[in-house]
Amino acid sequence: MSAREKILASLRQSLEGTQPLADPFDASLVDKPWRYCPAERVTRLKELMTAVHSEVHLTRSAEWPQLLHELLTQRQINRLLTAPSTTHGQAFSAYCQIQDSSLKLLAYDRPIEEWKRELFDDVPASFTGTLAGIAATGTLVVQPSPAEPRLMSLVPPLHIALLKASQIYDNLYQAQQAWPRPMPSNLLLISGPSKTADIEQVLAYGAHGPKDLIVLLVEDA
Amino acid sequence: MSSQRIHTLDVTAQNLKSNARLSLKDQQLRTNMRSAMDSLISKRLISMPDEDERENLRELGNKIKASALSQLPDLLEQLESNLTKQGIQVHWASTTEEANAIVLNIAQARNAKQVIKGKSMVSEEMAMNEHLTEHGIEALESDMGEYIIQLDNEKPTHIIMPAIHKNAQQVGKLFESRLALPYTDDVDSLIQSARSILREKFFQADIGISGVNFAVAETGTLLLVENEGNGRMSTTVPPVHIAVTGIEKVVANLQDTVPLLSLLTRSALGQGITTYVNMISAPRQPDELDGPEEVHLVLLDNGRSQAFADSELRQTLNCIRCGACMNHCPVYTRIGGQAYGTVYPGPIGKIISPHLLGLENTPDHPSASSLCGACGEVCPVKIPIPALLRRLREENVKSPKQQPQIMAGQGSRYSNKEALLWKGWQAFNTKPLLYKTGTFLATRLGQFTPSKLGAWTQNHSAPKPAKRSLHELAKKHLEKKS
Ligand code: SF4
Repeated sequence: MSAREKILASLRQSLEGTQPLADPFDASLVDKPWRYCPAERVTRLKELMTAVHSEVHLTRSAEWPQLLHELLTQRQINRLLTAPSTTHGQAFSAYCQIQDSSLKLLAYDRPIEEWKRELFDDVPASFTGTLAGIAATGTLVVQPSPAEPRLMSLVPPLHIALLKASQIYDNLYQAQQAWPRPMPSNLLLISGPSKTADIEQVLAYGAHGPKDLIVLLVEDA
Repeated sequence: MSSQRIHTLDVTAQNLKSNARLSLKDQQLRTNMRSAMDSLISKRLISMPDEDERENLRELGNKIKASALSQLPDLLEQLESNLTKQGIQVHWASTTEEANAIVLNIAQARNAKQVIKGKSMVSEEMAMNEHLTEHGIEALESDMGEYIIQLDNEKPTHIIMPAIHKNAQQVGKLFESRLALPYTDDVDSLIQSARSILREKFFQADIGISGVNFAVAETGTLLLVENEGNGRMSTTVPPVHIAVTGIEKVVANLQDTVPLLSLLTRSALGQGITTYVNMISAPRQPDELDGPEEVHLVLLDNGRSQAFADSELRQTLNCIRCGACMNHCPVYTRIGGQAYGTVYPGPIGKIISPHLLGLENTPDHPSASSLCGACGEVCPVKIPIPALLRRLREENVKSPKQQPQIMAGQGSRYSNKEALLWKGWQAFNTKPLLYKTGTFLATRLGQFTPSKLGAWTQNHSAPKPAKRSLHELAKKHLEKKS
């Protein structure tokens, strides 16, 4: 008998004569305690994310490219990984062109194997969109895609994410209702830059993922 | 006080008692553990201020797990079929040997030389690192805590914070001696050193290994929770990802993860959510540019189906591995995790290890508890840990011959003498004449009780029977009144 058959047979034998218990899920328990009005959603998300070392900037559709550019200049970052095929990627590259910016925009346009070294060593920052935000926990929902692959929000030391205020849900339960089915190959909840408290419970940021996370929260979008 | 190094303990489950004695003498360990547990206790409470919200959610968590277990074989099959459809290969293992063989096969088929690991307690159960190393494959831990203890050839002391027993100075000295780094006890610098070493390892690794926090049958999704990003690295950078997990980790629907996640991260760390929640439902798709080409899931039994067979003991499998029971345990806080000699220490360790290893190999675990009840009160899925401990104590002293055999190693603490003694006790208390004569003699001859009574008088003063029994006193009192 294979391990599979053995395990399933043993479990079935133990359940003989019993019925599956009814699904006990009760949405109100995970939804009701965590509801906010639209303005609260923005402030709560900002507050919670800031508390875990993220930078959240409230901005507007017409202004965020300039803000992003300024933030990078302030940090003396001259290379940014963006997704040229996305609307936000295009908007930013258009802004850079008009400004005649010296910022070098990199694209994740080939399989990781072809430029792993460069991604690990020479990409100081990345800029991605988000699928949604979650007010209750101060969270970004990020869906990696061919345009914005999985490692884009993980390997560069600085991750900058664009979040539309209208996309902020109250809580995880509500956000989940809008997720694509079947589930995408990878879906992420990100609630700050990477961190650890494994030594003496002292919090240290920049464990294995980004050391910094900046959220551009577009209030009129 | 002696500061006996903890890893000089004989780390086998058989030696819980002597290990505990040694650990109690390690002042550094006790200080480190006390302050860490105090902080985890208060963080949990701060993150769950509303008692109604907390208690309702615990109840829901309990029911979701109970419902999942009540249809476990069906859910496992549903999970398998959805994962397979989505391109994730599912393997089953009854024993840790089988699980190790599966992992080794995958590794050898890829000609793998280096494996990088996210945190996985099931891989600890399997002693996977040792097994891979024996076959010439480097297995490196990447969780900061796990990395630290691997450097020191230790075992995790806590399921969430594996190196919590060490302070920054100890880690600094360890990095100095093992990694030839200049000594520092600055936590940020220590973490940055480890980060840069491990980044290169992620880069080189042929295979990434991870555990699973919840496996969702409905959508075929593996959900992983972490703060560091090493889990995402391990499951995304290497061309192959192998997830190993126990068969009890499956839940029916994606929405079930909402309350369970909230219970898990708040109970474990006092965090409303962890930095990353990583949901994996498929390997790299043809149009994707990264992610592993191959994803495997190994489902391990290793004694779980034994716990499953008994409806009371089955509740052990509710566990979502949050560690709250150990944080709140007075025994664990004093002796630390390594003294248990098992992969899972503390209260959860005491109720799960007998199933994984057999009662004969964990003979003292069920009784290494004051039954104070703290663990059961905080458990986010409401496992009645104290009741299960009492149950295991019963199994432990049952005659090994008694049928049905519920547990491997049943009756490991059975003794004819003790059984006889209890029979006598029963007779004494149920036969009035015997009882009367007995108490009469005990009260009249009380002065002759010895002052040394073996193990008992090491920590207690010897009992002195009263001059008159309560019966007699009451009788006299009533007589006087009338
Ligand atoms: S038994 Fe309960 S408290 Fe202990 S680790 Fe498991 S879920 Fe957490």
